[in-house]
Amino acid sequence: MSTAFPQAAKVALGMPQLRSNLAHATGTIRAKRAKVAGELDDWEQLRSAAAAIKADVQRRMPELAVAFERNATEAGATVHWARDAAEANAIAARITREAGADEVVKVKSMATQEIELNEHFEAEGLAAWETDLAELIVQLAEDKPSHILVPAIHYNRTEIRDIFRNRMADAPKGLTDDPAALAEAARLHLRRRFLSAKVAVSGANFAVAETGSLVVVESEGNGRMCLTMPETLISVVGVEKLLPRFADLEVFMQLLPRSSTGERMNPYTSVWTGRAAGDGPKDVHIILLDNGRTEVLADEVGRQALSCIRCSACLNVCPVYERTGGHAYGHVYPGPIGAILAPQLEPGRHDDLPYASSLCGACYEVCPVKINIPEVLVHLRQQGPHQAGEKAAMGAAEAVMARPRLWRAALGAARFFSRPWRGRGFVRRLPWPGSKWTMSRDMPVPPKESFRDWWKERER
Amino acid sequence: MSAREEILARMRRALDGAGPAPEAPREYRRALDADTDVVELLIDRLVDYKAYVHHGIESIAGALGEAKRVIVPADLPAEWRVGDAAFIEDEDLSTAELDTADAVLTGCAAAVAVSGTIMLDAGAAQGRRAITLVPDHHVVVVRHDQIVGHLAEALPRLDQTSPQTWISGPSATSDIELQRVEGVHGPRRLDVVILPD
Repeated sequence: MSTAFPQAAKVALGMPQLRSNLAHATGTIRAKRAKVAGELDDWEQLRSAAAAIKADVQRRMPELAVAFERNATEAGATVHWARDAAEANAIAARITREAGADEVVKVKSMATQEIELNEHFEAEGLAAWETDLAELIVQLAEDKPSHILVPAIHYNRTEIRDIFRNRMADAPKGLTDDPAALAEAARLHLRRRFLSAKVAVSGANFAVAETGSLVVVESEGNGRMCLTMPETLISVVGVEKLLPRFADLEVFMQLLPRSSTGERMNPYTSVWTGRAAGDGPKDVHIILLDNGRTEVLADEVGRQALSCIRCSACLNVCPVYERTGGHAYGHVYPGPIGAILAPQLEPGRHDDLPYASSLCGACYEVCPVKINIPEVLVHLRQQGPHQAGEKAAMGAAEAVMARPRLWRAALGAARFFSRPWRGRGFVRRLPWPGSKWTMSRDMPVPPKESFRDWWKERER
Repeated sequence: MSAREEILARMRRALDGAGPAPEAPREYRRALDADTDVVELLIDRLVDYKAYVHHGIESIAGALGEAKRVIVPADLPAEWRVGDAAFIEDEDLSTAELDTADAVLTGCAAAVAVSGTIMLDAGAAQGRRAITLVPDHHVVVVRHDQIVGHLAEALPRLDQTSPQTWISGPSATSDIELQRVEGVHGPRRLDVVILPD
């Protein structure tokens, strides 16, 4: 089994600045989310509706994907299909070249991060400029995002100022670490680029089958710039982003902003359907992306991960994510949702991630589309590889526990041998091979008598 | 096999034997309580987003402030063009021309009180998307009859397939320590003028 996560987590846990930045940021967003979700007295009804709509999308995915394609095409868009990352990147690069461009401006998008579009473009001699403030920070720092919604959550304001000072050629002189000043610097840095870009690349939060419309939810206006100003627009959209009807937005556009940034509504939402005469891009492309999603769809328990609307509420409440940050997960989707998405999207590569959880269930409680993350975590643990020693130990335990007399004898032996530790509550370290068990958990000391013995005594 | 056919075949294979999903329960609200003052609620939410709120046609001049060159859609009502500013009708103005304007003045399609959201759908008095994006100051006129309480009441009022922009306050970011800061790439100042019926 891969041990990438435990090792990376150990490194992250040794970085006090990172831990303090994460604790501060996730604490802030948790409080905001709880407040605005609490304002709606029908929050639970909205969650149930969203979960059911997404389950319906999964069951009717072929039909809805074809309907989306037909309606978007009728509205003037060109719809492409991509089996995997390489195919999607090749299509996007070809369209960019055909538009006579050697660079694109980008709206923050998880799908394009997942397919590593920026890296692919660079290898092809094309440039992809991130325009979301946090993505810009991460790109300037030559770092990787560590959060779905706030990719630069691992930096504090002073660190961001230093990144701008050292790596942004046109950073204003005397730039301070005031967030407003940093936002102003980003505005100046990107303005020319927005107003002169020929091609933009986006993702989409929702793809409405009934109308062929795409929806992008954002805050800064960089999304509007990319979706409106260039001549050519390329949107990379995972097939799971479909919604059956336009009216379904009444559910998701209440849940998403409140769950993600903790706002009643995000500053800007753009909705577009193919081309519009005299308004926005003249050449509109949509790349429908599989890249492992149909494999996830085939797993009856695991497919609920495809309901995810990328709000990142589960990251912010997760005791593991809060301490390790996103990089330790080693995948573009970190946190609880990443722990169930990554191993399913790339089978065999992230089989340690379902263990990056205490199964406390906080993620399930905040999930706006009610993905039962603990259920999928346990399901993936059962399916994942297990070492021979672990299998033998579990097999032996099963054989003993299935035979009451043997089990009683085993408990008696455990009580006898644990006498020296009685009264301490827990054993922190057992000798080998028990050390494998106590490496990441404490072992309760068996009590003086078992419940069964106590009951028998009481009956007498 | 083309990518399209292969992906559709994979989906069908994945769903082999899976029956239809149960009908979605839609027991959530579709409207606010009948006694809600939606105009008051909208104003409260706009102020919370640090937008400025004004009342009546005459207040448009004040909302435009110092702006000298103001972009307007060609079909903006004449009586809204109040004050001393030069009102420049958008007849396919270049990006550079939009960039040198001080403000833009438009109407809207609908407004949602509970979330403080103003919706544009390229309909009457709204123009194309670029004009409400490039200038740094957006003044938007909202009539009382355009204000609804709840998102579910607003969606049926929109032209679904026209380009839409839903606006909730001025441009903002929470990317630095999750603290909301107003003003990045979209208009940094949003003024809302509310007109009684």
